[in-house]
Amino acid sequence: MKAWDAIVIGGGHNGLVNACYLQRAGLDVLVVEKNDWVGGAATSRELTPGFLYSNCSYVCSLFRPEIMRDLELPRFGLQVISYEGGAVFTRDGDYLANYRDHDAHRREFARFSRRDAEAYDRYSRDVTRQCRFIQPLLMRTAPDPTSFRPRDLGELLYLGRKFAGLTAEEMALTLRFWTMSISDFLDEYFETDVIKANFALSGIIGTALGPMSPGTAYVLLHHYMGEVDGSVGAWGYARGGMGAVTKALAASFRASGGTIRTGAEVDHVLIRNGKARGVVLSGGEEVYGKLVVSNADVKRTFLKLVEEKELPDIFLRRVRNFKIRGSSGKVNIALDSLPEFPALPKDSPVYRADMHFTDSIERMERAYDDWKAGRWSADPFLDMMIPTTLDPTMAPPGKHFMSCFVQYAPPKINGRDWTDADRDGFAESVISQIAQYSPGFRDRIVHMEVRTPREIEAEVGLTEGNIFQGELTFDQLLFNRPVPGYAQYRSPLSGLYMCGSSTHPGGGVMGAPGRNAAAEILRDLAKPTPHMSPAHDVI
Amino acid sequence: MNHHSTIEPSTDARTLAQSHFRTPRLGTPFQPRIDALGLQQDWYNWAGYRAPHSLWDEELEYFAIRSQAALFDISPMTKYRIEGPDAEAYLDRVTLRDVTKLRPGRVHYTAWCDDEGFVLDDGTLFRLSPTRFRLCSQERHLPWLLDSAIGYEVSVEEETEAVAGLALQGPTSFAVLRDAGFAGVERLRVFDLAEFAHDGATVTISRTGFTGDLGYELFVPADKALSLWDRLMAAGELRGIRAIGYTALNRARLEAGLIVANADFTTAEHAIRADRLRMPDEIGLGFMIDPEKGHFNGRRAILEARAKKKLRHVLVGLEIEGNIPAEHAIVYYKKSQEVGLVSAAIWSPMAKRNIALASLQRPYGDAIVDDLWVEIYAMRELQYQKLMKKAKIVPRPFIKLDRRTANPPADF
Repeated sequence: MKAWDAIVIGGGHNGLVNACYLQRAGLDVLVVEKNDWVGGAATSRELTPGFLYSNCSYVCSLFRPEIMRDLELPRFGLQVISYEGGAVFTRDGDYLANYRDHDAHRREFARFSRRDAEAYDRYSRDVTRQCRFIQPLLMRTAPDPTSFRPRDLGELLYLGRKFAGLTAEEMALTLRFWTMSISDFLDEYFETDVIKANFALSGIIGTALGPMSPGTAYVLLHHYMGEVDGSVGAWGYARGGMGAVTKALAASFRASGGTIRTGAEVDHVLIRNGKARGVVLSGGEEVYGKLVVSNADVKRTFLKLVEEKELPDIFLRRVRNFKIRGSSGKVNIALDSLPEFPALPKDSPVYRADMHFTDSIERMERAYDDWKAGRWSADPFLDMMIPTTLDPTMAPPGKHFMSCFVQYAPPKINGRDWTDADRDGFAESVISQIAQYSPGFRDRIVHMEVRTPREIEAEVGLTEGNIFQGELTFDQLLFNRPVPGYAQYRSPLSGLYMCGSSTHPGGGVMGAPGRNAAAEILRDLAKPTPHMSPAHDVI
Repeated sequence: MNHHSTIEPSTDARTLAQSHFRTPRLGTPFQPRIDALGLQQDWYNWAGYRAPHSLWDEELEYFAIRSQAALFDISPMTKYRIEGPDAEAYLDRVTLRDVTKLRPGRVHYTAWCDDEGFVLDDGTLFRLSPTRFRLCSQERHLPWLLDSAIGYEVSVEEETEAVAGLALQGPTSFAVLRDAGFAGVERLRVFDLAEFAHDGATVTISRTGFTGDLGYELFVPADKALSLWDRLMAAGELRGIRAIGYTALNRARLEAGLIVANADFTTAEHAIRADRLRMPDEIGLGFMIDPEKGHFNGRRAILEARAKKKLRHVLVGLEIEGNIPAEHAIVYYKKSQEVGLVSAAIWSPMAKRNIALASLQRPYGDAIVDDLWVEIYAMRELQYQKLMKKAKIVPRPFIKLDRRTANPPADF
């Protein structure tokens, strides 16, 4: 019976990136995907006729340009379009916008505080410095600090040198930045509530923490270190929705000879004598492979797909304790016309930007209080946008797709599972918030898809619906991601690798985990990697 | 909060200011006049304002500075009004030079540093009264100025938009002001300022400028800007007054050996790369430091760097052989070792020399001043003509014009 050179479990973006690099190295690779489509959390789905939904991830910035180039993704249809900055609506009927133009941005802030307007440069300088420190680490395997292998020592030295390259002040700032709350960090620069709320949102997205929780400053950095074609920190839409990313990856993979089986759910990894030998599909079919790579999160991989007895107990305990708490949901809406926001001038570029309604850190923190109590937020934080204002491919002319990322939504409601009634209540909290700022909004809705952590886990396979496959707190980053001793994409089992966002450098449709895992696998196979670009220079 | 109510758009002043997004490049209060003269339509972005590189002919605009009187709109310059019983003590603490020596009615060129002694900006400080000052600079510093004011009885207010500014520079600039009826302007010596009546308001005129020539700067409330412009233009008609853009001014400032923030050095709040930060001694501003005057921001770090010889750079004036401007050329020692970079360079029409400003890594430019070269990559018809030219360190300013300091000032 055929044994594939490698079997990748899960056709999400990281699984496909991994599969592409392995296939291009000459391996014979099979991707098995439980859904009837590929994409994982980067999909475009026509859930109502004529409308494409980016129904999970919805914007693109972190996806590494080196990968787009190596895998020829533009040739397979990937295009990323930068969008305008964004806005926070205020409860007094005004809004605070972020404009791409530096001076317009300053004047906009000056409407609220002249001081804060002029504080932005220093804030931006400090965040940029931190991004420049971390950016080169994204495309490298994190060193194992307990190992004395030359390459780990080399990597540690590299980390150390990079750190030593910082001034004493920057070093202190780096340590604080990685551990402090976004609220405290912003207090050092700004005095105005809505301006702080405007920046704080990047510190909480996808995280089961509030803006006042330590560790959220790093989450902001995680959202700033991407780029759109060299414009660092910019975000864009994948033309055709986020599915365009995985569609291009799948096409690239197939063009290089790879095989994808959809509708093929893995029941468990086939293990013999402590070595992964393939997978067993849920129908019982055995598929053999010389090695197995899991794109699933670390909990799903080791608590569901591998028998516990095969794993060391400390590893198991750490995997069980890995923080992957669901914190968000998604409401995807088809609209028969562009919603109006009376607070916004009709010609405002904000219509083509991301919009928010949470105008103070305190409101964000209160929304988080609901999560802690096991409820969805009564006054949720929304990251809302209408990609069809820039992307003509996702809805018929004049009609629109609206993506609402919603926070907070707990993985369980008061300790019990979500019900359909809960889901409807959750959706209502979102719609009523939007309708407050956009009269007549309800009447424009043609179709709506509501995804609580329950739906995200069930359909996408993300444990608890956590979008990053595990929280981005300092104890779960770099050589501690996902768990100490296993940060180099290998597992306790010979022949079983990890390539999902649970691994370094984490989530956000980056592709880097998939690529770095491929580099490690090819190193184990002693295969050269001329098809893999090194990280772009940060100069 | 009530989820069922609808939020009505507000109509207060803050909301009315929303429309700024339609004009990312503001006009200055002089814009109607400048637009009418801007035949070249050659605009650039100066701190969010639409400012002219050139209005009619950049070469001839330069000669207007050196031969007649040139009018240049400096309204986009950042301006802070600093006022209060502690204003002097506060500014003495914030800025490098000794403000207690700056008498009312005087202006000085100064700079200010962060606590690590790195230069945040340079600018001019106008003492309008014993307790009232105006600080003009390239970049914006409101958070720094407000945070530094803690403990002082002083108010700091940004007044960039409220105050319009003009530079009137050139040999006939005094005659233009006199003929415009600013009686007593002849008494202004270099770095003096005085207030004059204009159109029911007050214009502050100082004998200052950025050209190394005889010249003045005028500040007026924004709503009196156009009448001031017209008054000067009318008075200057017979004395060759012309409006000019930045390209011409930039040539004049280079001849005067003056530096521009974020062109000749990177300001501390904008420097992303830590090695780009500069102490005053590293950009030719060491003369501003007065160790005797008591504490000022950055003092400890600056004095320590001096004592421990930690100053790594030096900004110098260069005279380069030949006539090809060496803009952004690399400076070499013995034609091979890279020791610095030219930040600005021109052929100087007044000095008839090829001049430049350059930042060098000490000891070059400091202890070692010989055998310096610049490599000029001159693009000519899609080919680089590479030239290795000898560079000599020379004192700044590159030109010295007696008319700049003559008292009383001459008619031309």
